[in-house]
Amino acid sequence: MNKDYYRMLGELQAIDFVILELNLYLDTHPDDPQARQQYDEYSRVRKQLKERFEDAFGPLNNYGASPTFGNWSSSPWPWQV
Amino acid sequence: MWVYEKKLQYPVRVSQCNPTLAKYLIEQYGGADGELAAALRYLNQRYTLPDKVTGLLTDIGTEEFAHLEMIATMVYKLTKDATPEQLKEAGLGDHYADHDRALFYHNAAGNPFTATYIQAKGDPIADLYEDIAAEEKARATYQWLIDISDDPDINDGLKFLREREVVHSQRFREAVELIKEYNEQKNFF
Repeated sequence: MNKDYYRMLGELQAIDFVILELNLYLDTHPDDPQARQQYDEYSRVRKQLKERFEDAFGPLNNYGASPTFGNWSSSPWPWQV
Repeated sequence: MWVYEKKLQYPVRVSQCNPTLAKYLIEQYGGADGELAAALRYLNQRYTLPDKVTGLLTDIGTEEFAHLEMIATMVYKLTKDATPEQLKEAGLGDHYADHDRALFYHNAAGNPFTATYIQAKGDPIADLYEDIAAEEKARATYQWLIDISDDPDINDGLKFLREREVVHSQRFREAVELIKEYNEQKNFF
């Protein structure tokens, strides 16, 4: 895979880490408005990053959660890159 | 329902073919305090624990499957180019005889995964304390694996996973406090 793949994948993994941390925090602190606001903000940015990644490299999700089937069932799978 | 995402939670890089290290890492794949045990434990307990902690168990349980995939990727990359002779030298001759290079849910010593590694008591405090203990045991295992590993790329992934155990433990401790508040409220009736 080319350099852009690893760069864009890294950006997604980074923002997903932020959202995951906010998600687990909100699970035990559901009344924190600041964390909710951050969750919403980063989710919006995440949506854009995912669209850009999928335009370049194909769908990240199955079962209709990505816009097209594209190269879904083709390699590389995550353990192959 | 789950939707798969075609990416790892965190990058897994491997310096070189190293079946000996893979043999140790399989502890966190099918061992007592491994990622499979963790995922199955939380995603099973969540049906009967109070609603206040269902979200947390669902989300941490789901994250454990992402960790399971990272460990699988490490083991796969460390063994995919190994010859049968190299696997034998690494102590994986018994594994090769049964599985070739396929992964299997057993621990570093070769004991198959068993549901007896996990418990669901139906008592919120008992279950959450087990969950905290599980995270601390997994954290310790990752430390021993980092100590025994000679692969800096693998160690980067192992350190990420070790830190996740710390965060999960903290969140479960908060869940215990939420349950205590809930129990105290009920006492007023």
